[in-house]
Amino acid sequence: MERVKAVPDMKGRFGPFGGQYVPETLIPALNELSAAYGQAKADANFQREWTDLLKDYVGRPTPLRQAYRISKELGFPVYLKREDLNHTGAHKINNTMGQVLLASRMGKTRIIAETGAGQHGVATATAAALFGLKAEVYMGAEDVKRQALNVYRMRLLGAEVHAVNAGTSTLKDATNEAIRDWVTNVRDTFYVIGSVVGPHPYPMMVRDFQSVIGREARRQFRRLTGGFPTHIVAPVGGGSNAMGIFYPFRQDPVRLIGVEAAGEGIDTGHHAATITKAEPGILHGSLSYLLQDEDGQVQPAHSISAGLDYPGVGPEHAYFHHIGRAQYVSITDAEALEAFHHLAEWEGIIPALESAHAVAWVIKNRDSLREQPTQVLINLSGRGDKDVDAVLDYEGGLE
Amino acid sequence: MMTTSIQGAFDRSRAQGRAALIPYITAGYPNLDQLEPLVHALENGGADLIEIGIPFSDPLADGPILQKAASHALAQGVKVQQVLDTVAHIKAAVPLLFLTYINLVYRRGIDEFIRVSHEAGISGLIIPDWPWSESARYEDLAYRQGMALIPFAAPTSTNQHLDDIAKGHGFVYTVSVTGVTGVRSRVDVGVEPLVKRIRQHTTLPIAVGFGISTPEQARQTGLVADGVIVGSALVRALMDQPDQAPEVAERFVRALRNAL
Repeated sequence: MERVKAVPDMKGRFGPFGGQYVPETLIPALNELSAAYGQAKADANFQREWTDLLKDYVGRPTPLRQAYRISKELGFPVYLKREDLNHTGAHKINNTMGQVLLASRMGKTRIIAETGAGQHGVATATAAALFGLKAEVYMGAEDVKRQALNVYRMRLLGAEVHAVNAGTSTLKDATNEAIRDWVTNVRDTFYVIGSVVGPHPYPMMVRDFQSVIGREARRQFRRLTGGFPTHIVAPVGGGSNAMGIFYPFRQDPVRLIGVEAAGEGIDTGHHAATITKAEPGILHGSLSYLLQDEDGQVQPAHSISAGLDYPGVGPEHAYFHHIGRAQYVSITDAEALEAFHHLAEWEGIIPALESAHAVAWVIKNRDSLREQPTQVLINLSGRGDKDVDAVLDYEGGLE
Repeated sequence: MMTTSIQGAFDRSRAQGRAALIPYITAGYPNLDQLEPLVHALENGGADLIEIGIPFSDPLADGPILQKAASHALAQGVKVQQVLDTVAHIKAAVPLLFLTYINLVYRRGIDEFIRVSHEAGISGLIIPDWPWSESARYEDLAYRQGMALIPFAAPTSTNQHLDDIAKGHGFVYTVSVTGVTGVRSRVDVGVEPLVKRIRQHTTLPIAVGFGISTPEQARQTGLVADGVIVGSALVRALMDQPDQAPEVAERFVRALRNAL
């Protein structure tokens, strides 16, 4: 196995990927952010404050436990890292706590964020409320309609939600609009990006904040079993929960499996399997892989899981794919739905549809996994309460 | 095809004691067939350089008007190669510049995009999401092929950045405010000190854009800058009367030019 180099470099490059492809107006703000983040990272007070928040407010560490009924069903041990048990119901809050704490330290008075299904928007609104800061969240008009409950949650938390009517009126357009806001109000505004995407230093900073998942999991797994899992499986949209659990294991003898959304099938064109297609492109500030046509126009993504419904992916995942450190696979809407039900019935856990993609890959590959000694660790990135309506709707309602 | 020198265009307007006028249109608005007549209309109206936008799906430096123009063009199926082919047929007396986003350039291959743009008669590339820190290493390569990669300066730019872009070519595209393209009711008071600050660092011509809409705003800006860029206001005028686009464009640009 190739030893993973320390990335990114000073220019925010992960091998060929990453960088800072944003208007010149934002470059000084990114430099300011890099400097402030560098200082905060090295500052024991910042680290202590952040760790305390994660422990006493978010509820960390999250449990890691063997899922016995699945393990019995599949014929090898399966462990779950329970990010669904965080405050607000997903891993997203690890990152927003870190970024909003940093924003407040930098003296920024206004917080903006993009959101797809609303999970990152809720996590940002939560952190902003805790710090007494005003949050404004950009959300595609289509998503506002589909996720009315999360819109109301954000409002309850004191945030203002802006519906974006442009392009496909989904996450990528909400991100464009958040960047337009930032370029306009750059002096007093902190942009809280929700995944390991965007211009440097965001992919690195979000990775660092989410790495709490992998650091805990590594310690917990070793305490439980004395060794490493053979496979770590996590869903990948932008890729923050996956990078969060992968990164602390990058030098260990563990296979890292990122599961993308195959939507209605890779060949249908209705999917979000960005790395599976592996076409390099630049969107939202970094060079990575991108769903695009032959001209480079960005193509809409599709997944039943709103959190995976993004045409780009974090540049460090592109790098992990490029050097072969992680393997990226894909799971269809139908396979994910089946796993959603299995986990609920076998373990009493209703997973987020994102997380159900990771579970589905393990179920689908049970036969080949069983051939060798296998211990699988799944990152259960979020809870499925938010998806219950959509699943019910998809399956034609209650009989 | 010969490209016309960007510096020559600024020299001519300066010799006439006025700022250069640089209008912007989106290729494919109202349709691609109108691009050639529109370019000639802008020339007739008094444009000194012309920016042609190649539409992109996610134009994050653009406000609502230019977003709408790009969506319209893409919905009609406008392709990069069609824009190149159309532009290659235009015999313009003033320098033509492309304004587009980095992914379209990257997808074609940066070297290749520069080459085909040059062959189509383009003198410069304006790429709002390709900041100097990323584009600088292509600067010489582009220049050797007769292509200026137009550097940007913004109100937030550091003096270090202004020193760096002095090594660039063409002109300095100065963003008048922190923000995106669009129509604004007045010229920001920060423009004059910003232009003066940039002048302390570079001898390149300085053109100002983002938010300049009316002849009066163009006049004010032209008193301090070497060039005045007008995009959204012109495209909005075309949107009001898309069936008479060239006539509207010529009238609009002439009014701006008369104010300079």
